[in-house]
Amino acid sequence: MDPVLTVEDLSVRIAGLHILQGVSFTVAPTGVTVLLGRNGVGKTTTLRAIVGLTPRNGEASGSIRMAGGDLLGRPTHRLVRGGLGYVPEDRDVFAGLTVAENLRLAERRGSVPAYDKVFALFPELDRRGRQRAGSLSGGQQQMLAIGRVLLNDNRLLLVDEPTKGLAPKVVTEVAEVLERVAESVPVLLVEQNLAVVRRLARDAVVLAAGRVAWAGSATELLAEAELTRSLLGVGSGDHHGTPATAGPRKDES
Amino acid sequence: MSTVILLALTGLGLAALYFLVASGLSLVFGLADVLNFAHGLFLGVGAYATWWASGNLPGAGPDGFGFVLAVAFGVAAGVLVAVLVELVLIRPLYSRTIEQVLVTVGLSLAGVALLQATWGADARPFPRPGWTRQVTGILGANVPNAGLLLIVAAAVVLGALLAFLRWTRYGLVIRAGVENREMVTALGIDVRRAFTLVFAIGGAAAALAGALGGVYFGTVSPGQGGSLLIFAFIVVVIGGMGSVVGSAYAAVAVGLLQQFVNYYGPSGLGDVCVVALLAVVLLLRPQGFAGKVATA
Repeated sequence: MDPVLTVEDLSVRIAGLHILQGVSFTVAPTGVTVLLGRNGVGKTTTLRAIVGLTPRNGEASGSIRMAGGDLLGRPTHRLVRGGLGYVPEDRDVFAGLTVAENLRLAERRGSVPAYDKVFALFPELDRRGRQRAGSLSGGQQQMLAIGRVLLNDNRLLLVDEPTKGLAPKVVTEVAEVLERVAESVPVLLVEQNLAVVRRLARDAVVLAAGRVAWAGSATELLAEAELTRSLLGVGSGDHHGTPATAGPRKDES
Repeated sequence: MSTVILLALTGLGLAALYFLVASGLSLVFGLADVLNFAHGLFLGVGAYATWWASGNLPGAGPDGFGFVLAVAFGVAAGVLVAVLVELVLIRPLYSRTIEQVLVTVGLSLAGVALLQATWGADARPFPRPGWTRQVTGILGANVPNAGLLLIVAAAVVLGALLAFLRWTRYGLVIRAGVENREMVTALGIDVRRAFTLVFAIGGAAAALAGALGGVYFGTVSPGQGGSLLIFAFIVVVIGGMGSVVGSAYAAVAVGLLQQFVNYYGPSGLGDVCVVALLAVVLLLRPQGFAGKVATA
């Protein structure tokens, strides 16, 4: 099957720093592809470049193709309308707006928002419609950030560290949701929690020093402790504590 | 007692004028991060267009419905200029702050010069309905009707703006954009349309301030916008960038403070007190009364 997304020779410079230096990889048309790498290696930069959010003081070159067209240089709102769903790091819900308003913002003219689907996944969002998004817990905010993207049909979801800073029980909930979401739409996921990666990801792409250091089956990668350690700087079981039962990580934001 | 009431109501009249200028300024800055020094030009355009219309536009005049028509023409001119400024001059310069400041400062200077070249530097008598020159007795104080007109107009604009922000799709986009512009585009929304819209709203409110300010002062002169703009900026900073409600509170605080201190203290001390208030707010609460949230 043809990949849903093909990134070729992607380079990104921001404020003079050469963050990505010719990154090439593909995203399979089904399931979860995980983007791994140590902190600061450019995972978020890669997702942002795909969705056209490279900052003004930066520039991206290379090619990013989805369904034949090159995405690079097109404005973000067009890309998103074209079927690219983006769930940013730190969730970025609109704290001053209510939950219902956050969702309403994602509605689009000419398409019926899939509230049924979203509320079936996240009944909490229906109940808390009038609550300000800023007063939600981190897990609920993450649900809202995912939910508002799912109101529209997507051809690919970009999800950046959805479990960052969440309590272990909530991490499991988020992972369950992503698992269900990935049944109907391919996902490119940035995730540091290797237990979540093990559960969700079929393919893995590892970035190191601004390039792709390894690409292949996620199971294969995690099965080889030595490989995982050399690429990610962690043993497959000891990243931020034992991921399967990890205590709440300190929220870096 | 009647003096206090008179001062309070004239202070509120001044506050109304500040609010009309500051609300647009605040939304433009809150949403688009543009410090629009040309905002005073919109006020000048509104004042001069109203003045011109009442003498030249068929049906318009200094009284009754003719006056309403003249003001409507002034507001329309303000909107037109604001939208053109946004589309032609500001849009290519988003996220280039220094260039924006240069362009808007230059535009405000050029605008004043243009008004001067066309209609002269001297203040011209402003056409206004007879009743606005009279006073109304309120609890023993003789309050000028022009001031009351300003207060009513500002209250209506405040109500309309809040309803717009609270109940409409574009209002929602603006409130969200003030909080996090990038994320609005990442939901598939072309936020630049909202930029044009806030410029139009700001232009309309400033032009209305120009027209009603002309009624209040009785004259119109090219430099009027610039001097009001300084206090409007102070109001925006005190109220909090991007907050309409914050601007309203801050405008009232600044207007009343200025009026009372200027009356009871030596002339001009009121203006100094306003700047002092600005300094205190910046020290204690740098984000202003309402922070960077376009609350409805």
